[in-house]
Amino acid sequence: MGQTIIEKIIARNGGRSVKPGEIVTVSVDRVMLDDIMIPFIVDKFHEMGFTKVWDPDKAVLIYDHLVPSSQQDDVRHYKAGDEFAAQYGIKHVHRSDGICHQLMTEAGYVKPGDVVFGTDSHTTTYGCVGAFSTGIGYTEMAAILGTGNLWIRVPETIKIVIEGSLPEYVMSKDVILRIIGDLGADGATYRSLEFTGSAVDAMSISSRMTMANMAIEAGAKCAVFTPDEKTAKYCGMELNDFQRGLRGDSDASYFQTLTYRGEDFVPVMACPSQVDKIRNVKELEGTDIDQVFIGSCTNGRLEDLQMAARVLEGRRVAPFVKLIVTPASRKVYEEASACGAIKTLVKAGAIVTHPGCGLCCGRTGGILCDGERVVATNNRNFLGRMGTSKVEIYLASPATAAACAAAGKIVCPDKY
Amino acid sequence: MEQFTGKVWVLGDDIDTDIIIPTEYLALKTIEEMKQYGFSPLRPHLASQIQKGDMIVAGKNFGCGSSREQAPEVIKALGIRCIIAKSFARIFFRNSINNGLLLLEQEKLRDDIREGQEITVAVNSHISYNGREYPLASLPKNLMEIINAGGLVKAMRARNGLTG
Repeated sequence: MGQTIIEKIIARNGGRSVKPGEIVTVSVDRVMLDDIMIPFIVDKFHEMGFTKVWDPDKAVLIYDHLVPSSQQDDVRHYKAGDEFAAQYGIKHVHRSDGICHQLMTEAGYVKPGDVVFGTDSHTTTYGCVGAFSTGIGYTEMAAILGTGNLWIRVPETIKIVIEGSLPEYVMSKDVILRIIGDLGADGATYRSLEFTGSAVDAMSISSRMTMANMAIEAGAKCAVFTPDEKTAKYCGMELNDFQRGLRGDSDASYFQTLTYRGEDFVPVMACPSQVDKIRNVKELEGTDIDQVFIGSCTNGRLEDLQMAARVLEGRRVAPFVKLIVTPASRKVYEEASACGAIKTLVKAGAIVTHPGCGLCCGRTGGILCDGERVVATNNRNFLGRMGTSKVEIYLASPATAAACAAAGKIVCPDKY
Repeated sequence: MEQFTGKVWVLGDDIDTDIIIPTEYLALKTIEEMKQYGFSPLRPHLASQIQKGDMIVAGKNFGCGSSREQAPEVIKALGIRCIIAKSFARIFFRNSINNGLLLLEQEKLRDDIREGQEITVAVNSHISYNGREYPLASLPKNLMEIINAGGLVKAMRARNGLTG
């Protein structure tokens, strides 16, 4: 009997074959702790009676939601993290380098086939390099830090096949939004998404990252891509036989298979206030907007900023619209500066903010008010996410968002 | 093998965490204060009717919605011995086990049973109801240890030689 990608990863981790529905204990290859959760993790860790971290080298502590602080109390979180890291010898601490989910793969903490947990629901992102990664609560994180293990339920797999090529100005964000719309917000609950097909093969790691990041919005436990030469280059390594073999077998058993033609995708938006409320941008054209946000762990990478710059080259942001651009990491910021994308965006009228979670988690850098409408490239449009509960959030790709910024209303990116 | 008998309360599909404990009561200081509001949007009197040792039998996607860990804590505080559902939402499942609440997946029982009936659960084996046996998948030893210890924090304390 063949295996899906996630079954292969879990089987190798545990040293025996597994089947969906089984509960198994995995050895954890890496954990990500974020600044919001760190004080709670520390408390639970001590309450449990642990006196050492199982493997300090496998723990990565990242300050991103609260950087730079927007409330005085935020500093308490850095303090708790710094003390914990010093006490237990955790060396991987990022205090202002960018968003956790960007850094975990960008800084080389996650490799194909790894088993990774993080205290944030968008930990699914690392499936972009063929890792099994998912979000957990702080009690479980404390237990992993003490033991190095966690129990998991082997998920069934939904296979998503995309053949062909995407039209110009259609990005992987449009693809994943369409898939979430088709699956529904709970359509993949407890399941693993496995992406395959020539359109997926043609995607950059950044584009795959956007899709893995948003898998949780369909309820998925994780989302995985087959590691290829691009993955190897991105991770700065040669793939071993196990990693090269991380593809779904032809006789593997799938819960469901969805098949798409790349050419059929169009620019779409998730309308307020559900991520699965998907409509074609064309149907929404003409809707007035107040703000545009390009950034987040979903769409704040170099290719996203370059696409925005391409759309806004030689244009101006509409006078009444604020365009907030937030690179996902310091590295992305540097690269986008070096290639001129930042300059183009600033010339067009963008406000460029520091890398971090800021506006996406509703903490800082462009919080919106009652009655305002924003086109945003992040992953959630829930009530109150980016300001008050009377803010309308439309989720879109960077190409669409940039076009909307110039037009001052919702438009298709190919018109700009 | 652990075995117990109890009366069941029967619920439907998609029992979300807002039904289990509505947001407006989450700010109450203790689970003891909160538990009287358990399931109140759906069945206002249910919390006062549940007796220690009762069980819940439900449909699919039990515990969907937010990640609030108060949901399994309230159910446990009400005295529910275990929940048997067609399926559970992922975060609720983990939060329950970590809080020492036993969850069992069984596809058929919900369609056959009526509220107020008695069932006997043989953990890791089957459920007996009305002369029929409904199979249960095995829970691994380490999960049972978490449940039997009363939750993950207590299980870890015991592992580390601490008591209470």
